[in-house]
Amino acid sequence: MEWLQQLFNGISLGSIYALIALGYTMVYGIIKLINFAHGEVFMIGSFTGFYAIAFWGLGFFPALILSMAVCAVFGVLIERVAYKRLRDSTRIAALITAIGVSLLIQYVVIYIRGAQPEAYPNVLPNRSFDVFGVQISSQSLLILVVSVVLMIVLQFIVHRTKIGKAMRAVSYDPDAAKLMGINVNNTISATFAIGSALAGAAGVIFGVYYTKIDPLMGVIPGLKAFIAAVLGGIGIIPGAVIGGFVLGIVETVVSALGFSLWRDAAAFIILILILIFRPSGIFGKNSKEKV
Amino acid sequence: MLNVEEIDVYYGNIKALKGISLNVNEGEIVTLIGANGAGKSTLLKTLSGLLKPKKGKIEYGNKSIAGRPAQVIVKAGISHVPEGRRVFANMTVEENLELGAYLRKDLKGIRNDFEKVFELFPRLFERKKQLSGTLSGGEQQMLAMGRALMAKPKLLLLDEPSMGLAPLLVKTIFSIIEEINRNGTTILLVEQNANMALSIATRAYVIETGSVITSGTAEKLQASEEIRKAYLGGM
Repeated sequence: MEWLQQLFNGISLGSIYALIALGYTMVYGIIKLINFAHGEVFMIGSFTGFYAIAFWGLGFFPALILSMAVCAVFGVLIERVAYKRLRDSTRIAALITAIGVSLLIQYVVIYIRGAQPEAYPNVLPNRSFDVFGVQISSQSLLILVVSVVLMIVLQFIVHRTKIGKAMRAVSYDPDAAKLMGINVNNTISATFAIGSALAGAAGVIFGVYYTKIDPLMGVIPGLKAFIAAVLGGIGIIPGAVIGGFVLGIVETVVSALGFSLWRDAAAFIILILILIFRPSGIFGKNSKEKV
Repeated sequence: MLNVEEIDVYYGNIKALKGISLNVNEGEIVTLIGANGAGKSTLLKTLSGLLKPKKGKIEYGNKSIAGRPAQVIVKAGISHVPEGRRVFANMTVEENLELGAYLRKDLKGIRNDFEKVFELFPRLFERKKQLSGTLSGGEQQMLAMGRALMAKPKLLLLDEPSMGLAPLLVKTIFSIIEEINRNGTTILLVEQNANMALSIATRAYVIETGSVITSGTAEKLQASEEIRKAYLGGM
């Protein structure tokens, strides 16, 4: 039963990684950029949620939606200001810019409000259920449900809506997409908006789940989500979800075995192994295209 | 319908088109022939908005479209079937066709055009739920053409539709091009297979290293000694 408990904890943690990883993978899929500022969008989302709950007295869901909206706008802003003009430059230039944007956001937030951590208010009632000997808190169950619902909504957007089809077309072949009349700039902005909104949701969920937030909180979850995206195959949406869950479970299991200090190391060892043995990730294919 | 005057197009510092002029009248099939690297595809890409001319005029109808973004040009009624087909291999045949109608909002008209495209290319109907990456080269060409038709273009730009196809299939594709033309779509066709292209074209332009070296009716060019030697296998 102990194992089942750990599995459930791992899935809860993994759902947060998965939500962040989706943004990484979507942005990479469409402009081939690892957006290292994505962890900071997550942080901004978490703080937006915090202020909304602590100072404006909003409930969990209104705060979640507000934070998603703020992050969507923020993500588009980052793209328009920092990345758009670099679209035709080398990938390394864009990557370095992304790291710069990430540091800029961290320290502007510290400059404005200080570096002290904040305790997330308790907005969700927390009861525990005993399901087959597994302690499941209503909080983590709700978090899991919210994450899964968001992933399903994303899947729907990407596969069934016009903007989703445009996103897939642009990520596959931007020039051919232009020939269909698709506005590539707007489609890229939409991708940033959706990916950032998911990171914002992850930020609020993280705050509620782990209760402590600070301006540098985006760094490690951001890197972990990046690993999750690579693990699943960067650019592949279901890959990011599976990668997130796998990473969450592995970390929890490592902790449960008594190596909790090795948790972060385990994640990075996974990254190294995947880059050595299967750089295209679990779902990636090294397929040659048919001409 | 389309009037191109003295356009210059650069790839970085390389001048790919040097003062090209040409015109296409409504209802025609006009073909551009010329060797690899002559600038034919560059010209089509400039017409559809993927490249911007440094100099010169492009008029469509009575509007200048030089340097306008691709979506404006598609909306104005020019569709481009690019070289190498460029179908979205990660999507189904049906989704590819839907994307072709991306800018249209007339659901009824779109449904109608789906049927027309399936009539023109029955193969696509059989495979509409299949990922387009699994289609054969000829089927992908049909899909690329069908996708462009879904935008309901008045002018269709076709870049090397016969590339890499078996001779029998080339014939099929060309007879479909004629049929599209008969249904009222004007066609600007780029081809290396000059024989085939001239056989269906009204008029033709011969392009060499970024300039038009000669032009005229298809019959005239077919009869010209020089053209036959250079482009038609000297028969």
